[in-house]
Parts: sequence; C-alpha cells; structure tokens
Amino acid sequence: MNKIWKKYRFLILRRLTQIAIMFLYIAANVWGWKILEGNLSSSKVVDTIPLSDPYAVLQIFAAGSIVGANALIGAFIVTLFYMLIGGRAFCSWVCPVNMVTDLANFIRRKGGFDKVEKKWWASRNIRYWAMGLSFIISFLLGTAAFEIVSPVSMTHRGLVFGMGFGWAAILTIFLFDLFVLKNGWCGHICPLGGFYSLVGRFSLFRVKHNQPNCTLCMKCKEVCPEKEVLFMIGKKSLSVNMGECTLCGRCVEVCDDDALNFSIREFVKKERKK
Amino acid sequence: MNNSKSLKEGEEMGKNKAPKNKERRRFLIQMAQNVAIATVGGLVWSAFVDEAKAAPLLLRPPGAKKEKDFISLCIKCGLCVEACPYDTLMLAKPGDNKPIGTPYFIPRDIPCYMCDDIPCVPPCPTGALDIDSVSEVKEGKRVFDITQMRMGVAIVDIKDCIAYWGIQCDACYRACPLLDKAIFMEYRQNERTGKHAKLLPVVDPDYCTGCGLCEHACVTEIAAIKVLPRDVALGKVGSHYVKGWQKSDERRLKGSKGIQTTVTPRSKKSAVESLNEGIDFE
Repeated sequence: MNKIWKKYRFLILRRLTQIAIMFLYIAANVWGWKILEGNLSSSKVVDTIPLSDPYAVLQIFAAGSIVGANALIGAFIVTLFYMLIGGRAFCSWVCPVNMVTDLANFIRRKGGFDKVEKKWWASRNIRYWAMGLSFIISFLLGTAAFEIVSPVSMTHRGLVFGMGFGWAAILTIFLFDLFVLKNGWCGHICPLGGFYSLVGRFSLFRVKHNQPNCTLCMKCKEVCPEKEVLFMIGKKSLSVNMGECTLCGRCVEVCDDDALNFSIREFVKKERKK
Repeated sequence: MNNSKSLKEGEEMGKNKAPKNKERRRFLIQMAQNVAIATVGGLVWSAFVDEAKAAPLLLRPPGAKKEKDFISLCIKCGLCVEACPYDTLMLAKPGDNKPIGTPYFIPRDIPCYMCDDIPCVPPCPTGALDIDSVSEVKEGKRVFDITQMRMGVAIVDIKDCIAYWGIQCDACYRACPLLDKAIFMEYRQNERTGKHAKLLPVVDPDYCTGCGLCEHACVTEIAAIKVLPRDVALGKVGSHYVKGWQKSDERRLKGSKGIQTTVTPRSKKSAVESLNEGIDFE
C-alpha cells in the first residue's frame, strides 16, 4: 500500500483535486451548494470570491468588449496564482480533459503503440499559433473564438449543465490522442494550455533534476506529457524551468533514484558555472 | 511546418547565391508555410464561428444586452442559470444548434416568472446581463424593477387564437403579470352571430417584457401567442413620419429646411380646388 502511494501519490492527489472541483461545480447546480458555483470559465467561491478564465477574458477583450469588474478581478486572481505559484498546474490538476488524454496515453503505453504505429511529426508550437489565431478571429467576428469550439469548456460545462453532443468532442480528443498523435491535444494543440504555459513561465513551484543520482532509465521521459522540458535528464542538474511543464509530478513518482523532486525555483544563479 | 520538399526547393533555388541568402530563403519559405497553414486553419475556424454564433430567434435572460454585445461578452459560466429559482434558463449544449454555452429560455416549457429581486442578473461576471438596465440606485440602494426588462415581445397569431374565432378565452390575458398594460382585451362585434362580442387579446409592446407567461398559458396545441426577440418582431418607422398631433414629436421638425415637393402645373391649385375640379355643384 505504501509502495502504491509512493508510486502514484501525485497522480492520486491530482485525480482527487480534479474530481473534487468538478463535483463542487455539479453540486452547486444540482443541490445549490454555495462552495464553488459556475464552471471553469467563470465561477464564484463561497458566493463571494470571483474566479475567471483569463484566456476567455482576453478573447472577450479582443472581441471588443470590456468585461465587468467581477470577471476582471476573477481573471486577475487566477492569473496571479498561476504566474506566481502554480505554473501550468491548471492543465494537470484542474482541467477535466486531462483525465481523458491521460487515459489515452496510458493505453498507448500499455499497448506499446509507439513501437508499431505510423509516426507523425507535429510542432508543439501549434498551440501558440492557435492562441494567436483565436485573438484575431475573436477580433474579426466579435465573439470569443476559442470558447465556441473549445472541447475543454464543452467538457466542464457539459458535466455541470448537461453534455448534449459534448461527448463527441471528448471522444474526438480521446481517439486523436490514442491513434493519431501522442499527447496530441494537451501537448500540441490546446491554446488554453499554451496560454498557461506562457503565464506560468516564471512560477515558484518547479521540478528539479539531481543529475548525480540519475541512472538514465528514462522512465521520466516515458511518462512525461511534455518531454521536451526534460532535456536535462542525465546531463545536468537543473530545475525544469520551461513553461510547458504541467507540474503533474509523474516524473517525480516514477523516478526510483531520487533524481527528480519538486522544489522552489532558485532565483539566484549558482556559482558552479564558473 | 518542417516540410522537407519545400526546403529542398528553397535550397535549389538559392544554389547560385551566397549562403547567407540561402538561410534567409529557408527562413522566409518556412515562415510563409506556417502563415499559410494558420490562414487555412483560421478561415475554417472563422467560418464555423460565424455560423455558430448566429442566433436571431433566441430569447436571452433578463437584462441581456443587445445580441451582438451579448454574444461578445457572455463567458458561458452558467451563473445566471444556477441563480434562476424556476429552472427557466438553460445553457445551450452542443447539438442544440444554438450558440454553444450561452443562456436562453423556451417560454412554452418554462417561462420567466419575473422575480422582483431578479436573482439571475447580479451574478453575471462580465456584464453581458446589464444590471443597470433593470435597476436604479436610489439613495445608495439598488432598487430592482423587473418590468424594465425587454427580453422579447409577444405576438398574437390572429388566425389560430380561438378568441379571434369568437370562443371566449382570456388565458394569456389572465396570465400576464402586467395585465391590462402588456396585454389588454379589445371588444369587437361577432359578425357571424350578430349578437355576441369577441374579446380579443392585444399586446402593447411598450409594456411587454417578453416573459412568456402568456405563451406558456395559451390553450391551443401550438401557442397562438408567442414571444419573439424584439429585433425580429418589431418594425421601425424611421424619421420620415411625424406625429403632428404630439408636441414632443413635432419638435423633431425644428431646424428642418422646409418641405421639398415636386412642383407641377397642378400644384398651383390648392388641394380642395384640385379635388373638386370638374364636379358640378350646381
């Protein structure tokens, strides 16, 4: 039991947070609980503190509208949290789509897909292009462009307010990630993930690699959904500073050699370079 | 993005030039490729968004801004939906063929019951539901007035309304929260029988809030009184016509440069002269 906890502690915690957040939203709609109302686009905590999706608010700005004070304050709080503390943790600790893509990835690993399937190459920068495009289209058409097509909002909104054909969006992502492109949605396309990668670039919480302990087993790179951020594995003791790291902690769990751990960002460069 | 064919072409074309130029060509072609892919994706995306946001027949919650501003401001959080005590409001789901995630209601199913404290409007975080359009601040206190909202306007189908047939029915009139203002009854002789009156429901758009209680109450199989968005149902006179019998409306003529009309030989006579021309009055 202890071993399972050690191997999956962050995974378990992440699933608990993700499910708890969605449960509170659903409870607000079904039973009128006032703990967390709304959905991930905009919500109210204990009927007072507003929280808003800063990317959605930016799209509304691009569409030519000035949002009300609550959305503005809400977006500010969320931005500040991820900018200073959370990094891109939204993607792995909050977003419900993460459970879908993680499942696809899990089946991929267990089925040994990588050894058999046709390989596509796709840039991980598509998300930044998609983000730029979303602002342009919002501006031209006068409505938040990603919010109309976003499978992420379709999922969390669907869970709270009724899914409709939203399951088709979830299935699309699942099949895409499973058979077309590894980490296709979260790691390549999703502009919301791109947005949080930029926002969380300089956050406090970071994974740190301790090179002398590393035995080059590469288990971390196997589980990492953004493996480009682990370029230093076995090469150099560095903290994983790229904004694309979702702080999911999978690499920390799978490492048997204590070569990866969560830590706080070092602001002062060490003297070792000299 | 990293397309080897175009790279090769780029290299061939730049064969005779200095290596620095070749690098530049490669960069330019790759950049052009990225932009082209983004343009293709963007156009498909825009085409979809443009279709998906159009909703000319949707009824929005109380205090909603004009559809164009509403669709731009709404963040699709559903806080208005959760605040509604009657479950009137819904968020459009994928497959509903309505702008996805935006709130609306179908009065025939559940109308708006016009709560005095309007719980659905204040929670809106973006101002897509405009609190100032349904309230006033009096002595530092916000006073709500639900009769100020204009979600739509009721329209009577006079061919399928049984009151217009001559059968006595005042279901919509009784259901109206602004009875005798938003819907009033007009008396007309029943010419078929010659001895009865018809009591006909008539809607006054100046008062109708579009709550849909009338549509909900209508007894016909498909409601003969329906709420439609005001932009769809109502006309507009324009500036050409003036209510000459209203001093306030007459004022619009102030500063106008007079009336320009076509002058013909006939115009020399006065209207009375012209009309009576050729008639022998003895």
